[in-house]
Amino acid sequence: MTTPATLLSVRNLTMRFGGLTAIDDLSLEVPAGKITGIIGPNGAGKTTLFNCLTGFYKPTTGTLRLAHPRRGEMALEALPSHRVARDAQVVRTFQNIRLFPKMTVLENLIVAQHNVLQRASQFSIAGIFKLPGYRKAERQAIERAAMWLARLKLTHLADDAAGDLPYGIQRRIEIARALCVDPVLLCLDEPAAGLNPRESAELNELLLYLCGELGIAILLIEHDMSVVMNVSDHIGVISYGRKIAEGTPAQVKHDPQVIKAYLGEDEEEDEKVDAVTGGAAA
Amino acid sequence: MSAVVFARHAMTPAERLRDAGWVAFVGLILGIPLVGLTTVDVGGRLGVETRFGLLAAAIAAVFAGRLLLRWAIDQARERKQARDRASTATAADRAHGAQRVVNVLGWVALGASIALPIVFSDNRYVVDTATTVLIYVMLGWGLNVVVGLAGLLDLGYVAFYAVGAYSYALLSTQFGWSFWEALPVSGAMAATFGILLGYPILRLRGDYLAIVTLGFGEIIRIILVNWTEFSNGPNGISSIPRPSFFGLDFTRSAPEGSQTFSGFFGLEFSPMHRLIFLYYLILVLALLTHAFVSRLRKLPVGRAWEALREDEIACQAMGMNTTNIKLSAFAIGAMLGGFAGVFFAARQGFISPESFTFTESAIILAIVVLGGMGSQMGVVLAATLLVLIPEFGRNFAEYRMLLFGLAMVLIMVWRPGGLLAHREPTVRLNALGKTTTTGGTAR
Repeated sequence: MTTPATLLSVRNLTMRFGGLTAIDDLSLEVPAGKITGIIGPNGAGKTTLFNCLTGFYKPTTGTLRLAHPRRGEMALEALPSHRVARDAQVVRTFQNIRLFPKMTVLENLIVAQHNVLQRASQFSIAGIFKLPGYRKAERQAIERAAMWLARLKLTHLADDAAGDLPYGIQRRIEIARALCVDPVLLCLDEPAAGLNPRESAELNELLLYLCGELGIAILLIEHDMSVVMNVSDHIGVISYGRKIAEGTPAQVKHDPQVIKAYLGEDEEEDEKVDAVTGGAAA
Repeated sequence: MSAVVFARHAMTPAERLRDAGWVAFVGLILGIPLVGLTTVDVGGRLGVETRFGLLAAAIAAVFAGRLLLRWAIDQARERKQARDRASTATAADRAHGAQRVVNVLGWVALGASIALPIVFSDNRYVVDTATTVLIYVMLGWGLNVVVGLAGLLDLGYVAFYAVGAYSYALLSTQFGWSFWEALPVSGAMAATFGILLGYPILRLRGDYLAIVTLGFGEIIRIILVNWTEFSNGPNGISSIPRPSFFGLDFTRSAPEGSQTFSGFFGLEFSPMHRLIFLYYLILVLALLTHAFVSRLRKLPVGRAWEALREDEIACQAMGMNTTNIKLSAFAIGAMLGGFAGVFFAARQGFISPESFTFTESAIILAIVVLGGMGSQMGVVLAATLLVLIPEFGRNFAEYRMLLFGLAMVLIMVWRPGGLLAHREPTVRLNALGKTTTTGGTAR
């Protein structure tokens, strides 16, 4: 299998909500098997980009082409959200965690393998009669879930209701659940938000493992500079819906446009100053 | 006042007295028109008489009752806290224990329901009421798929019940189909209506969904009232054939070439035979429904329903086709409602649109919600309560609906999540150190 250099290419993407242009003629390349960071001030359009990419929004204009390693080129902008995940295997997590809170952690991970299991259950008929084919598929799904639980150190929590667990753990569960869908491109929307420094470090390690060992391309929206700068191979900076810079972490960090976008001319934005200077130190 | 009920600290005697005094005061205000004054017949004219003695006694009873209730609540809470402190069991262990209790309860209920017609074999009223309970249990289990598992609030469930009942009534009276032939066809018909309803409302959620389903329920009823050529309108359909026991009728004398149940088994004819047969029939149908729904719940489709209830957006992000999931929930829920409708028509022998009003939908929904959304055993408990409370209340004449309402409020105050709110996972990883699909029969 030869992996093409570019996995996803975003061309002239524009997304308008009435009079508001959330994304303005954005073009971006996401290489295969690499971690691509997306940063930008609040409201820059990062999450909107994810929503366009994963079929939750229909872009006003522009194209999103995925060079799928097995299924060839796919036009993501034409697919409904469930097909983006199922067929194109572009899987996302959410900024404000969206687990199935009353279901257990294990069930969350098994629901993520719904399409495989549903096919094995043959309209539930094989499932109702517990035919061997379905039982095998179910066992494999549980094993797969158990594997990711072990990898993310969640095994001891497998039978607890997901919604009752601490925030940092819920973030991990959401990533584990996305991995159970078997992604070729994993889109993480602020996975480090609300994590303590130790948890962030573990996240870095996980992302490098996924990308380095398993070859999963990752698209990462993140405000935590210690994560973005340390793991990203490539960073795109968005401000007011436009791409203002692109390059390696080192290049981006010193780009005058980027510094201006973050610091602005406005002296009140102390918070963001801290975020950037803190990140530069790390 | 409810704030007082839930006071977290134990009350001092003075506080208790003041609390009871307040309740007695409220009782007094309510009691003056309700108890203190009464109308009497004064020589053909209506007069008003006072009954302050009775009122005083009632207020005293309220005062004492409130003191006692308050004391009992505090005692119970103290005991519970002591128990919580003493036990080192984890939440998972406790949940396991709760599940065991529910399982035992399920087996006891099953045993009781099998024994009931044997014990009360000559009591028409008991067997009839128990049959009604089982119809509601079955309807509750059907609606549980839509509301409890998939989280789609359906206020028009009675429409599918009506579709099933009318399908059987028309197929049997017009085309001479037997109960067993019509059962699957009527179920399929109801499922088709479920999908028909499901399609236009796929995008709706919560309140909007509830309103449209409510409207759908009314549309079906109004069509049945007005389309006289089809459904015989408000006059309904009568002389619907009763189900037979493998071809044996439950009549005193059989027509030419066939036999009666009592004749075949050499028993003396008794109208109770048919009632008991109907009871066991609905029991078997209900148990099949239970087995079917519990099995589905542990399959991908059942997990998808629950996931849909939890978060629809996340479902889409996991690559699940939410359209199919919703339609399957509507179709299967409707099918089960249709089966119950067929049985209802066969049992009554007569149906009219009167039997399928919104009140029915509301009662079925109340059964699911009071039982605890998604809990199979909860439906049994709630159905039993909701059918029996009005029955026991018959002696109270017009106060019976008041009693019904009071019981519902009390259940919601004490168990806001429903009678059995505990959710048993469909699969466990760490059960006894190995991977098992939980195989409990009764939930």
